[in-house]
Amino acid sequence: MMHWIIAPVMLPALLAPFIVLAARHHIGIQRVMSLAGVIALIGIAAGLAVQAADGTVTLYQTGDWAAPFGIVLVGDRLSTIMVLLTAVLAFFVLLYAIGSGWDDRGRHFHALFQFQLMGIMGAFLTGDLFNLFVFFEVLLIASYGLMIHGGGNTRLRAGVQYVLFNLLGSTLFLFALGSIYAETGTLNMADLAQRATLIGADATVGIRVAAVLLLLVFAIKAAVVPLHFWLPSSYAEAPGPVAALFAIMTKVGAYAIIRVYTMIFPPQLEATAGLHGTWLLPVALVSVALGAIGVLAARKLDRMVTFSVIGSMGMVLVAISLFTPQGIAAALYYMVHSTLAAATLFLIVDLVRHSRRDMVLGAQPPVAGTALVAGLFFAGAIAMTGLPPLSGFLGKLLVLDAAYDSPLMVWTWALILGASLVNVVGFGRAGSVVFWKAKAVPPSDDAPADAAPPHPLAFVAVGGLLALLVAHTVFAGAVHGYTTRVAAGLFAPSPYVDTVMDTPGKLSESKEGE
Amino acid sequence: MSLFIIVALPFLGALLPGLMNTAGRAACAGVTFTVTAAALIGLLTNAPAVLSGQVVTAGFEWLPLLGLNVTLMLDGLGFFFACLILGIGLLIITYARFYLSRDDNMGEFFTYLLLFQGAMVGIVLSDNILLLLVFWELTSLSSFLLIGYWKHLPEGRQGARMALTVTGMGGLAMIGGMLMLGQIAGSYDLSVILQNREAIQESPLYLPALILILLGCFTKSAQFPFHFWLPHAMAAPTPVSAYLHSATMVKAGIFLMARMWPVLSGTPEWFVIVTTAGLVTMVLGAVIALFKHDLKALLAFSTVSHLGLITMLLGTGTAFGAMAAVFHILNHATFKAALFMSAGIVDHEAHTRDIRRLGGLRRLMPVTFVIATLAALSMAGIPLLNGFLSKEMMLEEAWRTELYGAPWLVPALATLGSLFSAAYCFRLIGHTFLGPVRDDYPARPHDPGAGMWLPPAILVVMVVVIGIAPFLAEPFVKLVTASVLGEAAEVPKAYFKIWHGLVPALYMSIAAVVGGLIVMAIFAPMLRLWDAAPRPEAKAIFDRLIAAVVRLAERIALPLHNGAFTRYGAVFAVTVFVVGYYAWSTGTVGPATRAPQPADPVAIAGWLMLVAATLGMVFLHRNRLLSLILIGIVGLMVSVGFVFFSAPDLAMTQITVEVVTIILLLLALNFLPNRTPIESTVLHRTRDAVVSVAGGLAATALAYHYLLRDAVVTPISEFHLANSYKGGGGTNVVNVILVDFRGFDTFGEIIVLGIAALLIYALTEALLNGPVRARLLNRLPDQPRAGDMHPMMMVILTRVTMPVVLMVGFFIFLRGHNEPGGGFIAGLVVSIAVVMQYMASGFGWASARLRYPYHGIIGTGVLIAGLTGIGSWFVGKPFMTTDFTYVRIPPFNEFELATAMLFDLGVFLTVVGAVMLSLESFSRLARRAHMPDVEHPMDIDPSRGDPPVASVPTPAKEGV
Repeated sequence: MMHWIIAPVMLPALLAPFIVLAARHHIGIQRVMSLAGVIALIGIAAGLAVQAADGTVTLYQTGDWAAPFGIVLVGDRLSTIMVLLTAVLAFFVLLYAIGSGWDDRGRHFHALFQFQLMGIMGAFLTGDLFNLFVFFEVLLIASYGLMIHGGGNTRLRAGVQYVLFNLLGSTLFLFALGSIYAETGTLNMADLAQRATLIGADATVGIRVAAVLLLLVFAIKAAVVPLHFWLPSSYAEAPGPVAALFAIMTKVGAYAIIRVYTMIFPPQLEATAGLHGTWLLPVALVSVALGAIGVLAARKLDRMVTFSVIGSMGMVLVAISLFTPQGIAAALYYMVHSTLAAATLFLIVDLVRHSRRDMVLGAQPPVAGTALVAGLFFAGAIAMTGLPPLSGFLGKLLVLDAAYDSPLMVWTWALILGASLVNVVGFGRAGSVVFWKAKAVPPSDDAPADAAPPHPLAFVAVGGLLALLVAHTVFAGAVHGYTTRVAAGLFAPSPYVDTVMDTPGKLSESKEGE
Repeated sequence: MSLFIIVALPFLGALLPGLMNTAGRAACAGVTFTVTAAALIGLLTNAPAVLSGQVVTAGFEWLPLLGLNVTLMLDGLGFFFACLILGIGLLIITYARFYLSRDDNMGEFFTYLLLFQGAMVGIVLSDNILLLLVFWELTSLSSFLLIGYWKHLPEGRQGARMALTVTGMGGLAMIGGMLMLGQIAGSYDLSVILQNREAIQESPLYLPALILILLGCFTKSAQFPFHFWLPHAMAAPTPVSAYLHSATMVKAGIFLMARMWPVLSGTPEWFVIVTTAGLVTMVLGAVIALFKHDLKALLAFSTVSHLGLITMLLGTGTAFGAMAAVFHILNHATFKAALFMSAGIVDHEAHTRDIRRLGGLRRLMPVTFVIATLAALSMAGIPLLNGFLSKEMMLEEAWRTELYGAPWLVPALATLGSLFSAAYCFRLIGHTFLGPVRDDYPARPHDPGAGMWLPPAILVVMVVVIGIAPFLAEPFVKLVTASVLGEAAEVPKAYFKIWHGLVPALYMSIAAVVGGLIVMAIFAPMLRLWDAAPRPEAKAIFDRLIAAVVRLAERIALPLHNGAFTRYGAVFAVTVFVVGYYAWSTGTVGPATRAPQPADPVAIAGWLMLVAATLGMVFLHRNRLLSLILIGIVGLMVSVGFVFFSAPDLAMTQITVEVVTIILLLLALNFLPNRTPIESTVLHRTRDAVVSVAGGLAATALAYHYLLRDAVVTPISEFHLANSYKGGGGTNVVNVILVDFRGFDTFGEIIVLGIAALLIYALTEALLNGPVRARLLNRLPDQPRAGDMHPMMMVILTRVTMPVVLMVGFFIFLRGHNEPGGGFIAGLVVSIAVVMQYMASGFGWASARLRYPYHGIIGTGVLIAGLTGIGSWFVGKPFMTTDFTYVRIPPFNEFELATAMLFDLGVFLTVVGAVMLSLESFSRLARRAHMPDVEHPMDIDPSRGDPPVASVPTPAKEGV
């Protein structure tokens, strides 16, 4: 059926208001509906991914208007794989939110969760830059709601910073869109890809500024240093499952960079030569370094994990900024890993939170049942720091291998490997203080208030994510083979562009008449 | 048995001990033993093939595009190491079963041990060097867990971290080296790499690759200057020390050097680096070992020393050296593991490992004494024991090696190392077992049960057998040597025998033993000297280094992320400015294609007001009410600007949005003091001024640039203008764009609006359920309140205007498709009508008359909009395809019905719901404890005739 491609957007978009309308006082019904919705999303996303697997580009013209006049959704290999990843992640995060009872600590968790999914799905599927802006807004406002879910002073304060910084980003997005429209007269990505090539070498400033402004917008979303300041405190203060879901949000930025800077402003485009193709890599390396520094410096467990996310995004950006098929293939493999690893780790940190008074890295009296959590943390840390046997190691190898031909190869290798070491040291310290040193502290009476262990469902969720990481490792060959095909497709975008631009819609004949 | 199964068995088996934990210690150890034995048997089934010189392989693809494949290979070298790992593993498991106390979690221990074992077998059977890296890092991780096994001991935790840091660093360096090697050779398979000796050694990348790989080997095998982690790893339970840190894991570096020997060795770089590191390590380790009082520390440094010895042998690059290395690996594994286990027995029974508190154990623990003495003498290089044979070969090789142009250097240092080696062996025997029986042991020592002494005894039997009959080991050692050498060199013809004649090595050996005895004789004064001498303490240096790095990291990261939002914003602005400016300055500015429009006085006046209001904001922003008014002016001027540019839709939207925002902001201001305190310094404000002026100028320049230039191709808006009526059925292009051309955007935006309202509601809930509630309830306003809060005039007026405003809203909604208007504006207008009721009569009164909850209105609105879009599916069209028709219902004129209007209804409802829910949320916050809900729309209502005094607080009571 032809409407499947819009289903990942419309299903949560309709489910959420329905929950608000009919079930806002019944947490049980909300949970059932939300879970059912996410399970359906997985099915739909899997179907879309299968459909796109052979390189088919599926076009959906909303309002039956042909591109570039209406808004189109486009399902190609890249977007469908991101949609599938989002759906799968959302399922486990939702399980955890239900299992840990987080969803019942404030209002409208499930509605906001579904809206958030709608925003993410839309951002991955849209073929129109302004529509991307709209979905950025949706996911920003929904994520703000989720972030401050449950309240509390520090969380609200972190939330304000989060939303303010991202509003700066949104404003910049409008500047960038205005510039692009002024320069090219269109907002459709495929159309832009064609029009960008028409810009003469004698008048390049406009498109150059537009291209970098847009890149900065995406860099904010991807938390690239020095535009990452919104991330550390907000992810650390957000409720565990929300932070876990946010693992995909930074990837929205990375996805947008991949999409726009391989198709619209590819490295060989002369008008924008010498910009992102030259400068993104050093900046990404700084991200890698600062992430590691933050991991070592952090005095709280949750802060430490947020810095490792910055480092991890740095790795993704390093791979992307090579702007080679090999680099993008590595970046995509690593992105999947990074999403799963960060989500897992945030959930585990939330489990740790149950057994401690605070998250400060210091010895606290042992609590029964932390052995399992300690084991999970060990696994999560292995994933995040990129040690074998989990996929982070393979991802790292792929990135290093892809960077072999880069002019900055020595810097890249040295910084990535050095940062890995620092991360290992940081995580080793934190883990041994939190889990081992507790054994040397006598038990005390003032145990934390919610010392009751979380519901088994929470552990099922974490276990499920870890299992996915294992699968991502075991089937690395197949996954990487696929991401290689995706990357090859990105560097030969004519099927995408032709499908979008050549499919007629309502009143298309008049278009040709012009 | 397939190689896969041999490698996989320990990993799969690692699940069992944890599972069997509740079944008892014996069961736990039993399954571990069985798993290891099965793997060993599986290995031995391949023995015939290997011994006949074949290479057994197995493999499948894992990450083929990278070249990382699960290819395994079993040749002589791998077989030898795998036998050591699994064979000694069996002994260690037996020993550990009796060593661990009832308080120790045995399941956990054996799980880690099996994980380690699997990783180690994986290293030695890997054909792919990337796969080898995977296993390599796994041994570091499992070693981390095993060293830190006794979690309550600080030494365990610190030792574990140190080991992980050092070996982890080496592992990461090795990743770089291996990737380079693979890039040179064009494959990561050893079978290919080993064929490319020339290509690799001639490559410019040879030296960096070599250094990086050697970093990995040296850290793992505790070579100077990375030797310091190994002694601290001794905090682990003794079976771990015996297994990982003497027999197997620390040999991984040696193994890799042997594995890579055919391609990496034979160059001057290799020779100098490896031989030097080995020699220094050998001598240094031996000297330090002599003065250690802790039995395990002594053995640890002796292990360091012996690893140095083997490294040096590999470094010489000769076939004979390689053979001696292989032989010594075998011998060292046997006697050192036996010694560690003996030390563990002493510790276990006497409750101390401090040599100074021991002595005379010969009579109390005769069995242990025999085992330990034979092993120690072998280590000292006494004839008829296996250590002698390999040490002789080492000395012979050293005799022939010339380093740094000094032929005496290597032999002298090798002899010196052997001398100290003999000395500490003698000390170990003498000070632990010989001498008089003491009566101050912490516990009464006695021989342990057979379970603990049998494993070392078995090893000692091998020590003696090889020592007496070296020809038994010779074929095997030569087979292994052959696989080390590959095609790079021939296996030497030398025979293994005890008596070689009066060769230099013999004299060196004699000198070492005699020297060792002399050192023992003068040990007491030497110890005093040693204790008096200043020595760098590796652990202290390491700790200081880590602490310094952490401090540095804190100094960078913590102030950078201190939560100062103004600075985050400044960084953002500066980044955007710099990057944008760079992009601008490297491009070319094309000619202007449009002429600027003339500036008429009206425009200039508006512009001036805009500027004045904005500037006023900057200087008056500390007065919140005033700045709100100024914001209102800015908004109004923007609306006027829209009117000026003939955009009535935008103007209407802007004005209504302004009204609603100002009302909501006024409500919010209700909770804040009217003035903001000054929190920034002059410096900060100057910085902010510079940043904002730069940003503003840049934005202006950019806008000006674009205004004077046409798009490269006709903008898509031309299509919208041309087809709005034909395709969308509306003459109001803006509305058709909103509900039709780009209705999907609108759908997203109304959702944003709805979410914002839900968010405000959820936030209010959170506040009202938290500690803030009490503060809110009891706060006193900082401004005097009106005495008549719900004045009659206003109530009447709003009540009268309400139907009118609603009608206007309805009208605006209906005309939207063809004339300026639409659902969004209509929604705002209707909201204003309702908001006015709230303002006039108070929250309590108004919400009591509310029939439809605003949540529901939002939900309904979004659902209607979404379902309208989906409706087009039923006629086989994509989402939101619109249709329109003209109908005539008497007595009306013909009018248009468009599906887009239904969508607009959704927009309308969402807007109303969102605005009202936000207002309601603010109002809930505004309620205070001493203000009961009013039952009447007006406070003072003459028609009611009752004095309103009781319920209305007087200004005097409320005031400042």
